[in-house]
Amino acid sequence: MESIKGGVNVESQFPKKQILNEDGKLADDSYKIRLTEELVKSLYTKMLRARLFDRKGVNLQRQGRIGTYVPFEGQEAAQIGSAMAMGEGDWMFPTYRDHGATLTFGHSVKNVLLYWKGRQEGCIPPAGKNIFPPAVPIASQLLHAAGTAWAEKMKGTDRASIVYFGDGATSEGDFHEGLNFASVFNLPVVFFNQNNGFAISVPIEKQMKAKTIAQKALGYDIEGIRLDGNDVFSVYFHTKAAIDKARAGGGPTLIEAVTWRYGAHTTADDPSKYRDQNESLIRRETTDPLIRLEKYMKLENMWDTQWSADLEKELTAEIEAAVKEMENERPPHVNDMFDHVFAENPWTINDQKEAYALMRGE
Amino acid sequence: MTTAVETKKLTLVQAVTDGLRTMMKEHENVIVLGEDVGRNGGVFRATDGLMDEFGEKRIIDTPLAESGIIGTSIGLAMNGFRPVAEMQFLGFIYPAFNQIMTHASRIRARTLGAFTVPMVIRAPFGAGVRAPEIHSDSVEALFTHMPGIKVVVPSNAYDAKGLLIASIEDPDPVLFLEPMRCYRSSKMEVPEGKYTVEIGKGSVLKEGEHVTVLTYGAMVDPVLKAAEQAEKHGIHVEAIDLRTLYPLDKDLIAQSVQKTGRVVIVHEAPSTGGLGDTLVSLINDTSFLYMKAPVERVTGFDTPVPMFALEDHYLPDKARVTSAIHKVINF
Repeated sequence: MESIKGGVNVESQFPKKQILNEDGKLADDSYKIRLTEELVKSLYTKMLRARLFDRKGVNLQRQGRIGTYVPFEGQEAAQIGSAMAMGEGDWMFPTYRDHGATLTFGHSVKNVLLYWKGRQEGCIPPAGKNIFPPAVPIASQLLHAAGTAWAEKMKGTDRASIVYFGDGATSEGDFHEGLNFASVFNLPVVFFNQNNGFAISVPIEKQMKAKTIAQKALGYDIEGIRLDGNDVFSVYFHTKAAIDKARAGGGPTLIEAVTWRYGAHTTADDPSKYRDQNESLIRRETTDPLIRLEKYMKLENMWDTQWSADLEKELTAEIEAAVKEMENERPPHVNDMFDHVFAENPWTINDQKEAYALMRGE
Repeated sequence: MTTAVETKKLTLVQAVTDGLRTMMKEHENVIVLGEDVGRNGGVFRATDGLMDEFGEKRIIDTPLAESGIIGTSIGLAMNGFRPVAEMQFLGFIYPAFNQIMTHASRIRARTLGAFTVPMVIRAPFGAGVRAPEIHSDSVEALFTHMPGIKVVVPSNAYDAKGLLIASIEDPDPVLFLEPMRCYRSSKMEVPEGKYTVEIGKGSVLKEGEHVTVLTYGAMVDPVLKAAEQAEKHGIHVEAIDLRTLYPLDKDLIAQSVQKTGRVVIVHEAPSTGGLGDTLVSLINDTSFLYMKAPVERVTGFDTPVPMFALEDHYLPDKARVTSAIHKVINF
């Protein structure tokens, strides 16, 4: 009777999977053999790069050199671990908080900065990189990921799609439609949820009564995995397994990476209005993804102070160079607004473009 | 337009099927998605027989989810396919509005052409067939107002096939509206094989020098009847079927209006913010000094389409069009 009145308790079926614990020790030794120094250093490098980029983004906004910026500090393991699991030719559908993932998957630092400078060029990925521009309408991108995955399946390739979304997105109708289409047509998609506990100001308890997001997979008869989103090993290996399964025809997976954003929703928001920022300070000290990996590397003798200092210098230089490139970009041309609505301008747009040019004396 | 030798007599809905078949034979990447489009052949039989011919991988019965149909079609279109997505009725398109407004219509603009969405959204629309609630909406103006999508409306079988083929070949999203009242109201000779009717071009259904009547879709029929009636009073109506609502055929409209100096616009969608408003603006911009009378609009009312017991009052008919013609002539 209790289960009928209070709902079915299924969260025990979705434990928060961990490979690397908060002390930097392996919670699951079976992965040890796959944790080569090369892989570990690469994961650390990409996470540090993302963090330095993110801090630069906030600073650039504060200095008025870009517009509103959406920070993701604290979510590096979730974004980098998952993006590192993707392969050449796969499709990535980010939200506006996922530049850590897109940069890792091969987006250009300059273009990501241009996006936050209000430039259309920021929506263009480098040639050959199937990275969609950030989805702004929440959860709408889940369907695009299902669609591109469907196309790959029909073409007979082994390429897959990954789509990012937050905890708030699970309340949207397109979340359901995306998972349902992928389930019905057995599409090669990884639905990668970053559950950072808040949709702007609204805590997850107000989004849903269910205790986990992963359990929603049950409704689609697909695999659901809940994992420690600040454990980059857990994110990387579980996402890789989901991608490999998708490539082999095993269908979609819903991954819930439990994480936390230290900062604001955007640079236009003050999180102290809706949550105790002390919690972010405590989490920085106890569950930070970079510190955790650093601890592991030290225990495993993979850490070298000189290497770390050189790395930070090198990454900072890369980001600073991209900032220069962003600021040296030619000014936007007004015709970029007119000339890409259709393959060929209809008379309506041409008339407006000409009249506006005439008025400006061009 | 290429001229095919053989023709066959088809209704509008059969011409839609024929257009789909023609393009599916020619291009492997043309696929059809929608509710009941497969085994059932569509609730209006627009996809009748296509699943047997092309298989269920290309004629796809989807879950009942309009946003899902459009959203996945966007992904398919961005990745090499030419999806033709069916909305069972235009009145059911609203759950997909977000996908069309924020993605399908602006992905090219957002990415300066790096990603494009060559897809067709087909939707039966309009009142007058005694359909249940919500099935009779005529909301084309929501989409002519939307930057980045073309809107076409055939009123006969020949145009339906030619416009559908042009829409499938178009590199950008096209909303293809099919007037339910015209689905089986008449048959006409339709060429076999491939031909196109150019998007953005209207057609003169009847020439005349006294008054221009601009219309499209199911309203072509009452307009032609009213034009015939007017002839008896010595009024020569020039009746124009717009065929494409975005982008409008500005030159054809301006030419006719400058010849007659009098205009009646007829559509069944509500008046305020409807296509008639856009047409009045176009006439203002191109032909103000030629006008001999204010433009008259005969439209549906600014009410929801009523349940069908009242739909004959809602829909413009021959009498209302005739009255408007006399009003502009006698101004």
